[in-house]
Amino acid sequence: MSGQKKKDEPKSPATVGTTGHEWDGLQELNTPLPRWWLWLFYATIVWSVGYWVVYPAWPLVSSYSNGLFNWHTRSAVATDLVALQAQRGPMMTRLASASPQQIESTPELLDFARSLGRRAFADNCAPCHGAGGGGAKGYPNLVDNDWLWGGTLDEITQTIRHGARAGDDDGHQGSMPAFGRDGTLKPTEISTVADYVRSLSGLPTAPGADLTLGAKIFADNCAVCHGPQGKGNRDVGAPNLTDQIWLYAADKKTIMEGITNGRGGVMPAWGGKLDDVTIKALTVFVHTFGGGEQ
Amino acid sequence: MDPGCDNALAVQAARSPQLGPPALAALADDAARTPLRAGAPEPDPPDNEPLYAARQKIYPQRVSGTFRRVKWLVLFVTLGIYYLLPFVRWDRGPNAPSQAVLIDFPSRRFYFFFIEIWPQEVYYLTGLLILAALALFLMNAIAGRVWCGYLCPQTVWTDLFQAIERWTEGDRREHLQRDRQPWSVDRLARAATKHFLWLMIAWWTGGAWVLYFADAPTIVRDLATFQAPLIAYVFIGLLTFTTYSLAGWMREQVCVYMCPWPRIQAALTDEHALNVTYRYDRGEPRASLKKAVALHEQGLSAGDCIDCLQCVHVCPTGVDIRDGSSLGCIQCGLCIDACDAVMQKISRPARLIAYDTDINIKRRQQGQKPFYRLVRTRTALYAVIIALVGAVMTYTLATRRNDGVSIIHDRNPLSVRLSDGALRNAFAVRILNKTLEPQSFVLKVAGLPDAEIDVIGSAARSGGDPVIEVGPDQSREVRVLITSHQRLGPGASVPLTFTIAPEKGGTAASAGDHFLGP
Repeated sequence: MSGQKKKDEPKSPATVGTTGHEWDGLQELNTPLPRWWLWLFYATIVWSVGYWVVYPAWPLVSSYSNGLFNWHTRSAVATDLVALQAQRGPMMTRLASASPQQIESTPELLDFARSLGRRAFADNCAPCHGAGGGGAKGYPNLVDNDWLWGGTLDEITQTIRHGARAGDDDGHQGSMPAFGRDGTLKPTEISTVADYVRSLSGLPTAPGADLTLGAKIFADNCAVCHGPQGKGNRDVGAPNLTDQIWLYAADKKTIMEGITNGRGGVMPAWGGKLDDVTIKALTVFVHTFGGGEQ
Repeated sequence: MDPGCDNALAVQAARSPQLGPPALAALADDAARTPLRAGAPEPDPPDNEPLYAARQKIYPQRVSGTFRRVKWLVLFVTLGIYYLLPFVRWDRGPNAPSQAVLIDFPSRRFYFFFIEIWPQEVYYLTGLLILAALALFLMNAIAGRVWCGYLCPQTVWTDLFQAIERWTEGDRREHLQRDRQPWSVDRLARAATKHFLWLMIAWWTGGAWVLYFADAPTIVRDLATFQAPLIAYVFIGLLTFTTYSLAGWMREQVCVYMCPWPRIQAALTDEHALNVTYRYDRGEPRASLKKAVALHEQGLSAGDCIDCLQCVHVCPTGVDIRDGSSLGCIQCGLCIDACDAVMQKISRPARLIAYDTDINIKRRQQGQKPFYRLVRTRTALYAVIIALVGAVMTYTLATRRNDGVSIIHDRNPLSVRLSDGALRNAFAVRILNKTLEPQSFVLKVAGLPDAEIDVIGSAARSGGDPVIEVGPDQSREVRVLITSHQRLGPGASVPLTFTIAPEKGGTAASAGDHFLGP
């Protein structure tokens, strides 16, 4: 071949040279890498040494090397939080000085309080009340319009701050006694009054149920808290028994369970744990689920 | 035949038992012509060469001609756009920035003259990328690496940097000579000037970059008074460094070792694609003017190539186009200009190097007329898809609404029983107002005749329907409660249509969802 048509020449160990590696007779042609690539590779190694020096890297006996930057995940979060506070600053100031009623009547404050409340609710309330406030058996649904302790803004604030049956002196007190377990009512009486309770909200009762006797047992034992008509009493957290909403369940077995063993769900007092602005945001958030009362 | 080459084939034949009979026969035939046997001792290959090679510095020579003019034009137009576009103003009224092209990350908006893109409309960017990719394919199918040769930022900035290098340190020959001399004040001053100019351009490249992300006049003032945000200086520093190193130092190394595009070429080009080609049918055998005369006297033929190496000397990537297309050849056409100038001087026809195909060279060798097929399945298909995607994008852009509504049904709980037995579903309704004025929208929900509609945070009503005000160029989410007294059974699902109509008139936008039973 003449040197004029180099392009048709196949590369071979003779013309190109090999890397010197050979596996079962296979050789690797040496197409040299650019030298800067090699330097770049060394540079990355040097760079990694820099990481050891400026960032926490080496485990020591009881701690670790802090690095020149004194960087720490925890302090990084703290910095971010400070930046977040600064960003929220003006709105937070307005939120702090406004009453919940003022917040609800100012669209941009309401939007801000609701998004703040959404996060606080997810962090603190959702484990019991559900991510969307839908509640669970024994944990009130916050989206409906039935309230154990009242559904106005002030009442919701009170409940969040001091809780219910949580040992807070200002919190809600009073619970459903265990009529069966402490011997006040016999099982047959419990069955009869359970049928009567179901009849209050128009639910079907067991065949042959003695509703007159049920009414008498109710008047003697239950009306003191639940009211003569069974409409409930928010001062003691006694549920309205005439509506369609049941904290535990509407079936007779569950109602009898409640009468026999009593009820007394606990809502923690958040007053010491959450700051005032967060409680305000939570109040507005819960109030605007849809069932808030004026 | 080169003996080393043959030896390799013989070795390959002996070591490839899996080769089929025809291949083996061909190899054996090849081996038989040169008496080399399998198992013969191999000649020492040049294995002592290093595994790493230093870059050969390239001194591209000044050239003038058609393609050089095209490249200058492209350079001025593209760099002009890049450096000056941020300063172009576009009045959008008081509620939007007045910069014609602005990528506003803090408020998540992209402005391009009369077009404003919201983050959820990022599919326009997808469309642009599809168009860009197909345009690249089409260019490649028609005339090879047009992108690499003329349009690629790496090519354009390198071109500019090389021009500065020639201006400060002299053209190829002068520069080569100067580089061989010891350092002198003159040489030092020239090098310093060159690097200063390079750094200035690189710095301004980074500077122009950040102008696309904030109000340009403001940021220029802030940069000058050291009031600009740190991130602006970081990005300017970053782009100064990359421009200076890539266009000043790395140059063709970027194309050969770093860029994936040269590697994709092979799949995108075909035998009919025009490429910068050395017409070896005309050029070979190469002979200097004197040698050609001698050859002619002996009755031998001589090609038009006089082996003057001008094509190699002007090449910005240092390849020899006469070796054929290669990874290093960015197809900028400067060798065509160089060769044409030489051909003109020696009174031979121009375009010994030209945009051509290998097929045509073979056809000419066989005395056939060359033919060019620019319209092929491949190019037609690319063009059709480009037109289609372009049409779809233009249509959607021209007919897109400047408002919109999207809905998320509450997931926990899906449905709520109220104390009077009614059912309620709650929805997060987000209303978009892409106009630059505040707008009020009337919300209507169809599908459930007795539905009561309440909007948390908006008490306004218009004829019984809730009215929601949304600020200029904003979206707003409201909580919408829908209550029904219908007796819906468990698992019931009633389709709903939410419509939002601008209060001042105009067509309504709508979205669908469902009202769910207990």
